[in-house]
Amino acid sequence: MSLIEVRELTRRFDDIVAVDHLQLFIEEGEMFGIVGPDGAGKSTTFRMLCGILTPTAGNATILGYDLLRESRKINKHIGYLSQRFSLYGDLTIDENIEFFAEINDVYNFKNRREELLEFTRLTPFRKRLADQLSGGMKQKLALACTLIHHPKIIFLDEPTTGVDPVSRRDFWKILSALLESKITIVMSTPYLDEAERCGRVALINKGSCMAVDTPLQIKKMMKGDVIEIVCDNIRSAGKGLKESNLVLGVQTFGDRLNVIVENAEHDFALIEKHLKKTGIGITDHRCVAPSLENVFISLMSREAKNSLETIRDIE
Amino acid sequence: MSQIAIDVQNLTKHFGKFKAVDNINFTVEKGEIFGFLGANGAGKSTTIRMLCGILEPTEGTAKVGGYDINTQTELVKLNIGYMSQKFSLYEDLTVEENISFFGGVYGLSADRIRDRAKWVMEMAGLKGREKSLTKTLAGGWKQRLALGCAILHEPKIVFLDEPTSGVDPISRRVFWELINQLSEQGVTILVTTHYLDEAEYCNDIILINAGKIIANGSPKILKSRQITYPILEVEASDVVAAMELLRNKPWVVEVSLFGTYIHAGVRKEEEGKIEIQKLFSDSGIKLKRIERIVPSLEDVFLHLLEEDSKRTK
Repeated sequence: MSLIEVRELTRRFDDIVAVDHLQLFIEEGEMFGIVGPDGAGKSTTFRMLCGILTPTAGNATILGYDLLRESRKINKHIGYLSQRFSLYGDLTIDENIEFFAEINDVYNFKNRREELLEFTRLTPFRKRLADQLSGGMKQKLALACTLIHHPKIIFLDEPTTGVDPVSRRDFWKILSALLESKITIVMSTPYLDEAERCGRVALINKGSCMAVDTPLQIKKMMKGDVIEIVCDNIRSAGKGLKESNLVLGVQTFGDRLNVIVENAEHDFALIEKHLKKTGIGITDHRCVAPSLENVFISLMSREAKNSLETIRDIE
Repeated sequence: MSQIAIDVQNLTKHFGKFKAVDNINFTVEKGEIFGFLGANGAGKSTTIRMLCGILEPTEGTAKVGGYDINTQTELVKLNIGYMSQKFSLYEDLTVEENISFFGGVYGLSADRIRDRAKWVMEMAGLKGREKSLTKTLAGGWKQRLALGCAILHEPKIVFLDEPTSGVDPISRRVFWELINQLSEQGVTILVTTHYLDEAEYCNDIILINAGKIIANGSPKILKSRQITYPILEVEASDVVAAMELLRNKPWVVEVSLFGTYIHAGVRKEEEGKIEIQKLFSDSGIKLKRIERIVPSLEDVFLHLLEEDSKRTK
């Protein structure tokens, strides 16, 4: 039996189906990533699994308990960091943790608090009001509060959104340490480079699962080679290539293009020639292994195109 | 000839003893996309709030669209658009209601609101969702609606505070296409982001830390001037252990994690490659790939913040 078993989980809001017969099996000790476009149903799924929102249909078992009938028992063993997790701004770090200990019925919280403060490296700031913490520190404090009752599973809904690149790395160090202590982590993130670090990833779209696998296997779903090109005038280079029929896809990543082609070796010469003709010089190029972000964009753009085509068919 | 849209002079904000913004100076040219980068708590939002005339500076001043933020606050507010990281829309109003509400705030005529509403629906891809409650919109749509509402009155200067926070990779790219279009129409944009790939789309950037500017220039200049050593991208069997091994080696300048890859700044390319191979094979870590890469702005950002924290220590 899996630690978390989600079966046919469904949630409707009026005429919108936010989660649609979702199936997921998550094992003990996993770092499990949930990725998908905005509105795919990620947060709704989290809220149902944490017992905050009642499913319209379907069910789940968590730690062997039935989600619909035994959610109280489940709550004792899970932690939930929602996107709207709110700390009390006019309480200190210490007081915030104490408050969460109380609402989770943890009476001897002091040792645990020391442990968590040490673990998140917040000890020197413990007397500071939460309002005066930086975004990265707030996020670490929120995580500490989520862990006060020694949960076996934590659900993290976009924990690093709005967190700067340095603090983001710091947060991940903490997550890696949690994983070593055998906690199961289920998280969503809009940062696909973070999702690469999960053991397995579920790609959710329109409320159901398009794929569940290791990042490596998911990346194999991508057809073709990816060439990373650093060149001038990225926007017009990208547009030109998109219209050229030389490529399967073009994705922009800051100062570089990821160009998807059938065969890198054969097609690069043609691309170089094409760009040269329009006066664009290439600074650097290399063949790269597809990233999760490459796969995500390809799948979602194809999905969007398909659904547009279906609409056209109906018309 | 270039014109100055935003001119910041000795701008300072103290909260009690805390210097949130500490005597900063910069100028933004008309039509530019200007990136304002820094860690959480560096003073970005405080600066933006002062430039929008919402927060009074402790010292210094700025001219925004030619108006003084200390003495012409109301004129500043009329001539700018501001989108906060929280997408301040009314969740319980429908899409149309939000648009007419903001139109009213800016004092637009009913006709003009109707015209602009049409434009927003088109731009945000919201046609057919006029009557939907705003809280039912997914991230990317909500974000584009927030942008639409922030620029209903067609301001010449727009401040965007983490506009792409928490939206998916496709919405982020669509959003930047919109920013580029605005800039092509001559609108000046000052934007903050934690996605360093997005900062690459800016014409000019400043990086602030602890309220002070620690670097400025175009992305190209920042990358070529700030990183003077080669960067190797390394793929290994156990990245966390590999990272630990690389720290504090004399031939490693800097090391940081990019997803499952390691970026190691080394003294010399060849020496670095040989040393890493040796180090990993001695410790039983499998080296899957190693190659020199062109540094990205994220490399620069991490480098500069590291340097700055060394300096202040």
